[in-house]
Amino acid sequence: MLQLNFNQLWRYQDEFLHGVSLTLMLTLVATVAGLAIGLVCATAAGSRFAALRLLVRSYVEVIRNTPALIQLFLIFFVLPYAGLRLPPVYAAAAALSIYMGAYATEILRGGLASIPRSQIEAGQCLGLTRWQVFRHVILPPALRNIYPSITSQIVLLLLGTSLASQVSASELFHAAAFVESRTFRSFEVYAVVCAIYFTLVLAFRLAFVGIGRIAFRWPTGR
Amino acid sequence: MRGFTISDVLTMLAAVQWTATLVILALAFGAPLALLLARMCTGRSRLARLVATGILQLVQGVPVLGLLMFFYFGMPVFLGIKVPALVSVGAAFTIFTAAFLGEIWRGGIQAVHVAQGEAAACLGLTRWQTFRHVVAPQAFSIALPATVGFLVQLIKNTSLASVVGFVELARAGQLASAATFQPLLSYACVAAIYFALCFPLTLWSRSLEDKLNGAR
Repeated sequence: MLQLNFNQLWRYQDEFLHGVSLTLMLTLVATVAGLAIGLVCATAAGSRFAALRLLVRSYVEVIRNTPALIQLFLIFFVLPYAGLRLPPVYAAAAALSIYMGAYATEILRGGLASIPRSQIEAGQCLGLTRWQVFRHVILPPALRNIYPSITSQIVLLLLGTSLASQVSASELFHAAAFVESRTFRSFEVYAVVCAIYFTLVLAFRLAFVGIGRIAFRWPTGR
Repeated sequence: MRGFTISDVLTMLAAVQWTATLVILALAFGAPLALLLARMCTGRSRLARLVATGILQLVQGVPVLGLLMFFYFGMPVFLGIKVPALVSVGAAFTIFTAAFLGEIWRGGIQAVHVAQGEAAACLGLTRWQTFRHVVAPQAFSIALPATVGFLVQLIKNTSLASVVGFVELARAGQLASAATFQPLLSYACVAAIYFALCFPLTLWSRSLEDKLNGAR
């Protein structure tokens, strides 16, 4: 058995803190970009053009049925051949956004489909414009319906940012590998890093529950 | 430097057996653990519920990569023994499977109506008989779509084993890419093989879900 020694890790506080901030940054960027992609694709999935629908379907299925690690490698190692040399963090952000986009598309599509046709027709009967129907009739209940799945997907994304370490983006997991190579305290380093991720996830979950309580206060008939 | 040939593809296909080995190991050891955790979560003992919920939350709040590194680099140092790669990588995926399947099955068990258990108790069934003959069959069909969906996640996540040098499908792709300088072909090929493994399962999961929704 080994003598546990966490003291050595204190010296690397800055690495860990920097790692956490980049991890949060990647999560934020990929969430925003992913939701934007998802919104566009979910709208396109309901389009009149079969080709567009097929395109969205293939995007979603390909991304959801291949490992994120391989997607990241494809973007990071292949783009330079096309003359586009992205720094690791940008490549990771791009890959995670595309990844998040596919899941967001699926969730948003389900959310939009969850609104009964009759409610939309009722809105039209009241003389609302298409935008007003979307904004006041479809969006609020749809957001409420998808809120749990979107938030748990964001938590999964937070954990998924650890993949960025594999293309040497210096997020939290990369910091861990660095500290481990300096201290050889593998057990302690990975225990601490896992604890940090766990704390972040817990904080995210609590925040999401709080936001959900405030944002979706109106009662439903269900 | 050499070109990307059919033999590279064959090497990748051969590496699928190690991906499959990891999946089977994770399921063989992880599924019983998951069942235990799910039972603990839905059981009567408050302590057991607390412990099981804690384990589920903890593992789900940690990246798979973290589990993997912890078991591959951390555990052997901690225990002071040499552990074969297959064992440490297998252990990491076992824990991962136990936690996620445990959560899915807990949901399945809890979705079976309480009245069902009460009815079984009225018929004089023991608690085990109730679980075995009344709750489990219903929970199984409720949880099956999500379980198959998880299988896809598991297959995709075994690609992380490549990070510690375990030669499965993703690692075979990395090796081919490094040898041929053809990352596009190599990784596209790997992605295609993963897709071929996962897509049928996704479709199956979806049709199971439709059937379940239709049955209700």
